[in-house]
Amino acid sequence: MAKTYDAGVKQYRETYWMPDYTPKDTDILACFKITPQEGVPREEVAAAVAAESSTGTWTTVWTDLLTDLDHYKGRSYAIEDVPGDDTCFYAFVAYPIDLFEEGSVVNVMTSLVGNVFGFKALRALRLEDVRFPIAYVMTCNGPPQGIQMERDILNKYGRPFLGCTIKPKLGLSAKNYGRACYEGLRGGLDFTKDDENINSQPFMRWRGRFDFVMEAIHKAEAETGERKGHYLNVTAPTSDEMMKRAEYAKEIGAPIIMHDYITGGWSANTQLAQWCQDNGMLLHIHRAMHAVIDRNPHHGIHFRVLAKILRLSGGDHLHSGTVVGKLEGDREATLGWIDIMRDSFIKEDRSRGIFFDQDWGSMPGVIPVASGGIHVWHMPALVNIFGDDSCLQFGGGTLGHPWGNAAGAAANRVAVEACVEARNQGRELEKEGKDILTSAAKHSPELSAAMDTWKEIKFEFDTVDKIDAAHK
Amino acid sequence: MQDYISSLSNTASRKFETFSYLPPLDAEQTRTQIQYIIDKGWNPSIEHTEPEHASDSYWYMWKLPMFGETSVDAIIKELEACHAAHPNNHVRLLGLDNFAQCAGTSMVIYHGKTV
Repeated sequence: MAKTYDAGVKQYRETYWMPDYTPKDTDILACFKITPQEGVPREEVAAAVAAESSTGTWTTVWTDLLTDLDHYKGRSYAIEDVPGDDTCFYAFVAYPIDLFEEGSVVNVMTSLVGNVFGFKALRALRLEDVRFPIAYVMTCNGPPQGIQMERDILNKYGRPFLGCTIKPKLGLSAKNYGRACYEGLRGGLDFTKDDENINSQPFMRWRGRFDFVMEAIHKAEAETGERKGHYLNVTAPTSDEMMKRAEYAKEIGAPIIMHDYITGGWSANTQLAQWCQDNGMLLHIHRAMHAVIDRNPHHGIHFRVLAKILRLSGGDHLHSGTVVGKLEGDREATLGWIDIMRDSFIKEDRSRGIFFDQDWGSMPGVIPVASGGIHVWHMPALVNIFGDDSCLQFGGGTLGHPWGNAAGAAANRVAVEACVEARNQGRELEKEGKDILTSAAKHSPELSAAMDTWKEIKFEFDTVDKIDAAHK
Repeated sequence: MQDYISSLSNTASRKFETFSYLPPLDAEQTRTQIQYIIDKGWNPSIEHTEPEHASDSYWYMWKLPMFGETSVDAIIKELEACHAAHPNNHVRLLGLDNFAQCAGTSMVIYHGKTV
């Protein structure tokens, strides 16, 4: 029987709270952490979140009856306590796949984290995790090349990639900048990297940087016999300008370019990733602005969701945190999202903050990049935590070597290879790290000097955003 | 302060494959690395090349990859045979991961005269 129109304000839960609903395999599922205003019942606020992030608005409208809302509406289907925190709760919402444009993380996120985050009935709201069904994953382009292709393109096997961000971040001329790259590459790095805020400033326009850096790569390749690259940052004020820089990078034979996917925007990122796939280019992704969005445990978007968005939008590398360096990152949570970047199937695992099974099918993986305040003494832990399919990036930890970049690079390369060799022998890296490095330093004066320089540096602040657990 | 010794004219600057910044593996270290390849379930594969073509993707395969081989001694015997047949060439051992469809590791066991 047809429904009748009844104007006015209904409670959200009458339409959007469906505890008996069994999510479909094709639904997009979301877990929100909701901090409600006092006195608002959980079911009502969970239903409001489902409504406001899908089909609903605050009042009934007659046009609701021109469609089949039961087909399109988001449904809140479960509520759970947050362990160790009574101010908030988890709400699980299922969205029918037909709500979203194919291959568009922009469209999905505009719904899921749109108006609803400013909703008055909430004090705070955080998107903890999203399950993208394989049916939706298949509509996205994903990483341009993937981990295996990157290894084959660069002929690097059996160890983490090694990189270095060029410092100072800003202010070098193009020729001096190329010098810093050359020194690092000839010392044994696989990659050097533009810092995120290097775009095309007056002190160094992009074109001059690209030319000098490419000369540095060619010379270091001839000298060492190894294949090398530099992440040429093509992030630009407009996507036309971004594409112009990307085209030039390809023209001069650069193997890899770089984009800042949050400040640059997901439309631009997806466009660039598709172009990279068509043009045989690797794409390194920086995540400037992520901590604004993902650090507050009660409000924003968890990084594991931002990581999934990037894998769908496309990128071959993504900064993941280091666990051990200067930047925030809980160990178990980090292990969770590096699995999300690399693996083809990830099981629900609350101890790592993973709320849903995630099936990526045949979509290639993304290499996690550990960067920020790390040096040679962290190497055993980094190899143990990240394994081979990772990129370990030492900025100050290369350039700050007392003998310069080449020596700093060589120190890190010897250290990473010594750790891999020891791991393959079955030794426990984090326990025996000092012995492993000390014995490797016997045949590498560069490593020995690096170990003397950084011995004392530690970063031991507590993590702000931890896994929700009963006993903190 | 020490100078970093590396140049186009110094052939010692050329590096190849996984452990190229460490001293060459001795016999016992080679055995442990081969055992690691076996333990990972990878297929050992031996390749060799003239030193002037070391940076190519494709080196010559020595026979076919040793699918399912789990004996360290058998693999060492083949490495020795490859080296005896091509004493001036670089010889490398790869572990082929058929699930990743990519080499899991690749290390030079015998060095020719690097150019």
